[in-house]
Amino acid sequence: MARLKVENLSFSFGYDTILDNINFEIKEGEVVSIVGPSGGGKTTLLRLCSGLLDRQDGKIENSFETQAIAFQDPRLLPWKNVIDNIAFGLKAMGVSSQEREARAKEIALKFDLEESDFEKFPKELSGGMSQRVSFARALVTKPKLLFLDEPFSALDIGLKRELQDHVMELIADKEITIFFITHDIMEAIRLSDKILLLAPDPGRIVKIFEFDVPQSQRDDEYVYTQTAKLLSDREIIETFELEFK
Amino acid sequence: MKSLLKILRDFPAYLWSGWGAIASIFLFIAAWDIGNQVYGDMILPSPLETFHTLATLFKDPDFTQGLMITLRRAMVGFGISLVVGTALGLLAGFFVTASIVSRPIVTILMGMPPIAWIVLAMIWFGMGDATVEFTVIVASLPIVFVGALQGTRTLEDKFEEMADIFKVPLMMKFFDIYLPHIFSYVFPAWVAALGMAWKIVVMAELLATSDGLGADLAMARSQLDTASALAIVVAMVGLLMVAEYIFLEPIKREVEKWRD
Ligand SMILES: Nc1ncnc2c1ncn2[C@@H]1O[C@H](COP(=O)(O)OP(=O)(O)O)[C@@H](O)[C@H]1O
Ligand SMILES: [Mg+2]
Repeated sequence: MARLKVENLSFSFGYDTILDNINFEIKEGEVVSIVGPSGGGKTTLLRLCSGLLDRQDGKIENSFETQAIAFQDPRLLPWKNVIDNIAFGLKAMGVSSQEREARAKEIALKFDLEESDFEKFPKELSGGMSQRVSFARALVTKPKLLFLDEPFSALDIGLKRELQDHVMELIADKEITIFFITHDIMEAIRLSDKILLLAPDPGRIVKIFEFDVPQSQRDDEYVYTQTAKLLSDREIIETFELEFK
Repeated sequence: MKSLLKILRDFPAYLWSGWGAIASIFLFIAAWDIGNQVYGDMILPSPLETFHTLATLFKDPDFTQGLMITLRRAMVGFGISLVVGTALGLLAGFFVTASIVSRPIVTILMGMPPIAWIVLAMIWFGMGDATVEFTVIVASLPIVFVGALQGTRTLEDKFEEMADIFKVPLMMKFFDIYLPHIFSYVFPAWVAALGMAWKIVVMAELLATSDGLGADLAMARSQLDTASALAIVVAMVGLLMVAEYIFLEPIKREVEKWRD
């Protein structure tokens, strides 16, 4: 079984300690969310786990064969149109141009992009469209481990829900393992097996929430009650500096 | 290949959009004709007379030969600038130290008036091809160099990271990530350098050679043959416009279509 295991991981940019003694494990088929205020080091943790950033202290074991990232900023190539951007990872894998075009179009339609958008360049896309293209580019390669960095932040609730449902299908089939960064607690509850709460300055995991009910059986009521429960959790309140009157 | 087809496909639409440009050229010719009526044939020959002279010039083998010589000098100088300037610019762009060191040198090269280069070149190389080509190169190479340098220096790390995550092979990285970005800087620099080369070649010829368009121009001046002088100017401008609007502009549009 492939896994991502992080032990005693610490990291600093210069004299700034960004991450302090992080420990967690993601097993194959799991969805693990990281929630925490912005600037807390979530993206840095993702870059370390995916190997984009060199580790300083601690251990990271990543035994997944293939991985992909939907970056926080979509990072679409400005000189490629929507379809070619989505197909970029496939091209790198050596998939034939016909097949990658077909696969890119299929996933684009699934993500509610329209045929009239296919030839557009990134400059002509809205924030939400760019995010969907970026997400599609990562997903179309069928990675074993998928890193998602706030992938739905620019989407309206309807589209967000649709893409979440799409992720749900994937995890129901246990086809994919997901490292999911979000600041939307409800979204995290709907999708994850585990939520890690990352408190800032320096970034450390202060609490882990686990959910036993399978994602497919989580109805709205479950999600709402769990959200209410989490929002009244003392660590969550302190970490996000929430104040309820 | 795909983009070449696209350029050809968009060409008719592009030509159609040229009506405005053509209208403005006619307006300019009309103003020129008024100038002729005010100042007379000696100072400013009429457009009609000028085009007439131009037509006879093109039938004269001496003139067309001179034109070829000028074209050859411009192309040799521009070609060397293009190849060497691009190569050096890319190289300098990939090394921080090289780009810091090259900046002041480029500023000096670009700040130096071409006429000063012509004088120096005449001393060093005498009268002839070498002087003209040298001047063309020193004037246009820095433009290409700066374009290539800037293109390389502005490559973004975030795309590099993205490519690494998808395990993009080196060749694909070059063609899909580096090249489109760099080319969008280098190509306009090539166009600017070509314009520069064309202007400089005539100026250098006028002072330093006995053949070519520049020399013809000098001859027309000494004989006070205003009509010929103007006809030569029209030929020069016309050739540059053909190169720019028929060949370069459509490519530029295709290359820069994705830009904001
Ligand atoms: N390349 C970098 N160099 C220096 N500091 C950085 C760099 N990237 C991020 N940081 C700093 O690290 C901290 C955590 O950033 P980040 O991981 O992006 O947080 P999050 O994703 O949780 O919003 C921030 O204070 C940010 O300024
Ligand atoms: Mg972030």
